[in-house]
Amino acid sequence: MAYNLKEIVANKPSRFTSGHRMCAGCGAPPVARMILRALKEEDHAVIANATGCMEVSTFIYPYTAWTDSFIHTAFECAAATESGVEAAYKSLKRQGKLPKDEHTKFIAFGGDGGTYDIGIQSLSGAMERGHDMTYVCYDNGAYMNTGIQRSSATPRFADTTTSPAGKVIPGKMQSRKDLAQIMVAHHLPYVAQTIAVNNFKDLYEKSEKAIYTEGPTFLNVLSPCPRGWGYPTEDLMAINKLAVETCYWPLYEVVDGKYKITYKPVKKLPIEEFLKPQKRFKHMFKPGNEWMIEEFQNEVDKRWQELLDLEEITNKE
Amino acid sequence: MSNINKNTPMEKLTIGGNIYEAGNAQNFKTGDWRSIRPVFLEDKCKQCGMCFPVCPENAIPVCKESLNRKDFDFDYCKGCGVCAKVCPFGAIEMREEGSE
Amino acid sequence: MSIRERLSGNEASAIAMKQINPDVVAAFPITPSTEIPQYFSTFVANGTVDTEFVAVESEHSAMSACIGAEAAGSRAMTATSANGLSLMWEMIYIASSLRLPIVMSLVNRAVSGPLNIHNDHSDAMGVRDSGWIMLFSENNQEAYDNLIMAHRIAEHKDVLLPLMVCQDGFITSHSIENIELIEDDKVKEFVGTYKPEHYLLNKKEPIAVGPLDLQAYLFEHKVQQAEAMKNAKKVIKEVSEEFEKITGRKYSFFEEYKLEDAEIAIVCMNSTAGTTKFVVDELRNKGIKAGLLKVRMFRPFPAEEIAKALSHLKAVAVLDKSDSLNAIGGALFEDVTSSMYTNKKQVPMVNYIYGIGGRDTTTDMINSVYTDLQEIAKTGNVDNPYRYLGLRQQ
Repeated sequence: MAYNLKEIVANKPSRFTSGHRMCAGCGAPPVARMILRALKEEDHAVIANATGCMEVSTFIYPYTAWTDSFIHTAFECAAATESGVEAAYKSLKRQGKLPKDEHTKFIAFGGDGGTYDIGIQSLSGAMERGHDMTYVCYDNGAYMNTGIQRSSATPRFADTTTSPAGKVIPGKMQSRKDLAQIMVAHHLPYVAQTIAVNNFKDLYEKSEKAIYTEGPTFLNVLSPCPRGWGYPTEDLMAINKLAVETCYWPLYEVVDGKYKITYKPVKKLPIEEFLKPQKRFKHMFKPGNEWMIEEFQNEVDKRWQELLDLEEITNKE
Repeated sequence: MSNINKNTPMEKLTIGGNIYEAGNAQNFKTGDWRSIRPVFLEDKCKQCGMCFPVCPENAIPVCKESLNRKDFDFDYCKGCGVCAKVCPFGAIEMREEGSE
Repeated sequence: MSIRERLSGNEASAIAMKQINPDVVAAFPITPSTEIPQYFSTFVANGTVDTEFVAVESEHSAMSACIGAEAAGSRAMTATSANGLSLMWEMIYIASSLRLPIVMSLVNRAVSGPLNIHNDHSDAMGVRDSGWIMLFSENNQEAYDNLIMAHRIAEHKDVLLPLMVCQDGFITSHSIENIELIEDDKVKEFVGTYKPEHYLLNKKEPIAVGPLDLQAYLFEHKVQQAEAMKNAKKVIKEVSEEFEKITGRKYSFFEEYKLEDAEIAIVCMNSTAGTTKFVVDELRNKGIKAGLLKVRMFRPFPAEEIAKALSHLKAVAVLDKSDSLNAIGGALFEDVTSSMYTNKKQVPMVNYIYGIGGRDTTTDMINSVYTDLQEIAKTGNVDNPYRYLGLRQQ
């Protein structure tokens, strides 16, 4: 069926309700909501959530913003927790202890802290074991919940509270870890990188594929944080668009090892366009710091080219 | 569930902090967070559908039949302005809370 | 008819698990408990159980998966030791706070460091305030029996707390002894099926588990846990009595061995009780009125009952197989002495830290404790209550 955003939003009820306490203009709720809309209406879901902004602002006793079953245990183990839920489902289903005609899907959410860093072991284990679940990393590029500390997803030179741009050290000195590639190396049936842009088609379709591909699947979704990145809240969608148009955040999917870049900008924008509106990169635009922008651009170009190459290699007949 | 509050005695709280009424956060209104508010200018709106998926609060209701958006749900709108910014037709204006 | 067998503590625990037939087992190998998931995975591989075995990549994930599985509405079990339990520590508290009746076999071993794979109780003592029910076992038979009783206790509606069954690493876990097993069908009937009231996989009633629980609520939720732990006493008593009816084996909060008319006694847990019984018998033959109190139920702690059972003695030694490194004594000693004080029983008491890192505990050592107790009983003086047993000193 052709993608029709208006129909989807009008007809599929939101499974992530209003009344949550994420910051105004946060990039994560529209993402989570659209991913859950990719569920078939009749399917039940059990959501696991790592400790982080999303968890602490959607499930504050006695209120939950999730209309499906939901479990939060700790920071580093959303994947392991969900693998236990999924194992229980398999076992109970096999024993005939659950209704035959009901289907439950398993989705775990974690921020970049809970996924790239403290939770990567738990994630790797769950993916390797082949649980039938979709793990979604909403990547806002730092530990925002505790007050904007650097993570391994934080881009190079970003000014965070533990990688401050100082007189001697100009922000974070290391480039980002490429988590989607690490997940590809697990040889999962489906891995994708996506974002909320335009009419959310890319995000919705990848979510649907991830959720309804049997086995462990992974989505990496860039999710801007106005507070941590330092841009006006209303610019959320513009920032998302720039992330894609500069190829800072390439949109692609890997299906059974075959790469497909799902959006190729006709004219790749220079990285300054993405960096400039964000206060965390402000120091890069001081006179004498041109080398920082240049090196950032080189890294983006190198990774984009790698992706183009991978697409070509993996699709050779 | 929703009647649990700061005065509820321990015997009446659910164990482990479990909640058995999924989605009950709807009973928690976040509209008072707002310092600026969106104003929906219906005559300018072309019902393109750009605004409602971007709302972090799900505060732009959409009619099931007509697929058209309705006015904002001010019980939840936090006034972030993301919707106004994506509107290609200038059909959403951000105004100071308290102003006309 | 019960089945006579010869099994190690680990084998006995794995067989108990097989008979319980839990829905999910998530475990990670660590000496000396490794054999439990090993034996169990062969049951899974051969289709003798309905269990989904989750071979996790760490103990942290083992407990996380158990929490997920139990919250989902299934029975989940695991086994671990020492550093495995240390790595689980965060999740141990979360399991009990979410009120999930997970059952764990804890094969006691010294927690690093330095690294040591042998038995002491430092792992168990590290989680004594975590809100888990803790049952200790003198031998393979008790490890088995405690596991068979575990779900009935943990899943009781007035309890809903996780439970760990402790046994001594190697000493019990790897020693083959005689054991009486209960027939499969009898275990099945005794354990019953798990029917949680609320669970994640119930599509008709989606639930949310594990909130951010702020100042207005966490206090009350913690006291709910404390109340459940108090309730566990009654339930453990009831379940143990029912167990006795089908097996003839009697279990109480603690075992009193020749304690009734004793003048001096040792309080200890797990396998050391076996050695102590042997020494008590020898001393009794010599006309010395020695006795033993073996604690089975460490959490909840039967303070009033222990105080009463020890009240008539002239001197008591509490043996701790873990040092609390707090300059006042071990954890069991602390609990026993405070039980005596709050129940207004005044008996001279002394603490011995012993068996650390698997240091052998001989009958001679236990004998020396009774010799000390005779002296204390005579004089009523305890010059230093915090002592070591079997330590090399200049």
